[in-house]
Amino acid sequence: MPDSSHNDAFVEFERVQKSYDGVQLVVKDLNLTMPKGEFLTMLGPSGSGKTTCLMMLAGFETATHGDIRLDGRPINNIPPHKRGIGMVFQNYALFPHMTIAENLSFPLEVRKIGKSDREAKVRRALDMVEMGDFGGRRPAQLSGGQQQRIALARALVFEPELVLMDEPLGALDKQLREKMQFEITHLAHRLGITVVYVTHDQTEALTMSDRVAVFDDGRIQQLAPPDELYEAPQNSFVAQFIGENNTLEGTVREIGGNRCLVELDDGELIDALPVNVSKPGERTRVSIRPERVEFDKSRLQEGVHTLKAEVLEFIYMGDIFRTRLSVAGNDDFVIKTRNAPDQVRLEPGAQIEIGWLPEDCRALDAG
Amino acid sequence: MSHPATDPDKIIGTTPDNALRNADRADARADGPVLAADGTPLKRSLARALRAQKLRALALIAPLLIFVLVSFIAPIGDMLFRSVENQIVKDTLPRTVVALRDYDAASTELPRDEVFEAAYYDIFYAAERKIHTRLGSRLNYEMSGASSLFRKSGRGLDDVGELYQDQFEALNEGWDEAGPWVEIMADPEWVTEQAAWDAAPEGRMPRFELREGIAEILPRTSEAYETFARFTQVEEGDSPLEEEPWSAVHTALYQDLSATDLSGYSGPRADMLQAADALVESDGFETVAFRDAFAEVDEDWVEPEIWQTIKMYSPAYTSGYFLNSIDMQKTADGPALRDADERIYGLLFWRTLFMSLVITFSCILLGYPIAYLLSNLPSGKANLLMILVLLPFWTSLLVRTSAWKVMLQQQGVINDVLVWLGMVSDDGRLVMINNQFGTIVAMTHILLPFMILPMFSVMSTIPVSYTRAAKSLGATNWTAFWRVYFPQSVPGIGAGSILVFILSIGYYITPEIVGGTSGIFISNRIAYHISSSLNWGLAAALGSILLVVVLILYWAYDRIVGIDNVKLGG
Repeated sequence: MPDSSHNDAFVEFERVQKSYDGVQLVVKDLNLTMPKGEFLTMLGPSGSGKTTCLMMLAGFETATHGDIRLDGRPINNIPPHKRGIGMVFQNYALFPHMTIAENLSFPLEVRKIGKSDREAKVRRALDMVEMGDFGGRRPAQLSGGQQQRIALARALVFEPELVLMDEPLGALDKQLREKMQFEITHLAHRLGITVVYVTHDQTEALTMSDRVAVFDDGRIQQLAPPDELYEAPQNSFVAQFIGENNTLEGTVREIGGNRCLVELDDGELIDALPVNVSKPGERTRVSIRPERVEFDKSRLQEGVHTLKAEVLEFIYMGDIFRTRLSVAGNDDFVIKTRNAPDQVRLEPGAQIEIGWLPEDCRALDAG
Repeated sequence: MSHPATDPDKIIGTTPDNALRNADRADARADGPVLAADGTPLKRSLARALRAQKLRALALIAPLLIFVLVSFIAPIGDMLFRSVENQIVKDTLPRTVVALRDYDAASTELPRDEVFEAAYYDIFYAAERKIHTRLGSRLNYEMSGASSLFRKSGRGLDDVGELYQDQFEALNEGWDEAGPWVEIMADPEWVTEQAAWDAAPEGRMPRFELREGIAEILPRTSEAYETFARFTQVEEGDSPLEEEPWSAVHTALYQDLSATDLSGYSGPRADMLQAADALVESDGFETVAFRDAFAEVDEDWVEPEIWQTIKMYSPAYTSGYFLNSIDMQKTADGPALRDADERIYGLLFWRTLFMSLVITFSCILLGYPIAYLLSNLPSGKANLLMILVLLPFWTSLLVRTSAWKVMLQQQGVINDVLVWLGMVSDDGRLVMINNQFGTIVAMTHILLPFMILPMFSVMSTIPVSYTRAAKSLGATNWTAFWRVYFPQSVPGIGAGSILVFILSIGYYITPEIVGGTSGIFISNRIAYHISSSLNWGLAAALGSILLVVVLILYWAYDRIVGIDNVKLGG
């Protein structure tokens, strides 16, 4: 895991704020440090401030307040072209009037690198993305995936230490997107570059990143490695935003250590792990991942509370089964089970009892 | 740049045209044609299915197509035709043109007497039809003085006929009356019919017929009288039975009588004719040679120039207008340059091209930053600014041009301000109007929106990410602009330039008002020939040359820049 102590910070946001109109803050008090070589993803719904942060880092927007440092140097007043940051744009932004080789050669030309050096570097960059034969073509003659690779090669050809990517895979179809996700991560790790990646696709964020910063409402809601983010969301926004999630509303009745007792709105009691609650009587929203719900009583711990449920719908999805239940007044309670030979297929209308390990059920803020 | 996905020839997939092409290919490949479900060849049933679509499309454009054909293509065709058409000489002076056939235009001699004779009759008849002045104006374009020469001659040549008419009349009053002439010249059957018609005018007048045999006895008189009679019938709607003939008929009679012996004549009015014949043969009969008669009217008739001119312009089609348009003229030795002080059109064409180029470049220089600003502003502000750009469109062209007159004239606003500031002295007020400067300033202002709009619509399709990408790759603001943004905005510049250049090359009203003499365009000269000098042939030739110049420039532009690189938007 990358070390995130202050001294090693390669990219650093300190108390950064941004407002476009002087009335509303788009980015509210952003603090972030990134060590060298890390792949960090900024994830969030549109309008959450993630792209603004990226643009401030690239130099296309100026911070209204606060400092942005790159390798210890404040860069607020350095124009974009002197920052030496590679960038991949959402629509690739390949120059349509230049060939692929000219596109790649452009950053080298403006750096006044000699012709033979330039050609060697361009060839190496094209080979790196397996597009060696395409140097003479125009961007319009390439497919979306090919343009994507070229955009990546162009951002890397001048060997920047930091590369920013603004939803680079947004325009690709699903299969190609998954393939490119792996290629980009492998390339980034192989070259040892630091990457800030912006996306609104949570799968992309989880599969690619060392750490994910979940943005909402101009703030980082949680900054953590993907597994922690998924399994231990710090608040109900993150729990909702990352992965599928079942929620139940209730009130804390008892709290002690790493257990609490929650009385749901229909009067039933469940056990949960207190995360964002501190005292009895507080409103809470408990969250349980669909794959952690158990309906086979023999696999539950002794003494934990269970809930009655009615099966509403059974959906066969190939690798998994997805069953929709009515639980404690919530008709959208979903459980997922693996398609195994001995797996039970629940029939709609069946009355069952469900339960879970208390540590899988997180009592969060009421949202 | 046409987008591959919207270029009809590049669309891959199922379009009707592609389907037809595929069907063609399938035909070539397979043994037999591909059949539709009902057994008809697939190609035919597809064509049938598409026919309704195509007819509908045609019906939609039909009104415009007809309008363009009638109001645009046809006038242009007419104009091109007028620039070479020259029937007027042949139609007005048919006998002269024939008589001049073996005349050498290069010679300094006068033509033969027969030519003067033919010219006498031609001009006499033309004067009766009042078309001799029209020919005069036409020939005046080629030879100054021709107009007044013809106008004078229309009246002056009457003296010839009157001389003979008076002498015949003195011999016998009958020579000045309609009746005897009709008896001698006209077919008796026609006379009966015409008399009947005169009594009760109904339907068409019976067409005049010569009496049988008279044409052999009195050939010239017959021709002249027939011309007179037909003219009286057709042009004036009068009966030849009641009109005394033209004096030219008396001239013809004199010529016939002096050439033939009428002692054997036994037709009607034989005594009258024989008496006249005797008079003509007598010593006391006064005559005048045609050549002398012409000399009497105007000495110019006995200079070779007018005859050379008539000879050179006698063919039905002429290159004369085009030669005039390029400062040349027809001479006896073929086309030759005009004298240096008479050359104006070459200079005007050159000036028109040069000033149009200057105007186009000024529009680019002034319009580019505005278009750039417009396309980079948030839409609210951009719309406001766009209204300011379009504002001139809502003001009358005349008002805007006149406003420049107010601004630029020597006692105008700008000069007043400069004098007030002490930058120029009161005596040294700048001359900014009625010259090229004035035309360039006013036209740049007027044509600027035509440059800004296409540039704006192209620029607004260039995403900001291109410039950002260039900067992130290390380009300075200037490099990012020059190497990345500018090349992509070139199609807009191209479209704007073609628009402005073609508009300005044919501009008329503004140079007319602010151009003075040094700032006018070729179009002002064309307008002058259309409305003032009425030399439509020359105007047509100048217009045709202008048209060709524009087409050549368009072709050159296509070869150099590629017309696909012109974009008006999207």
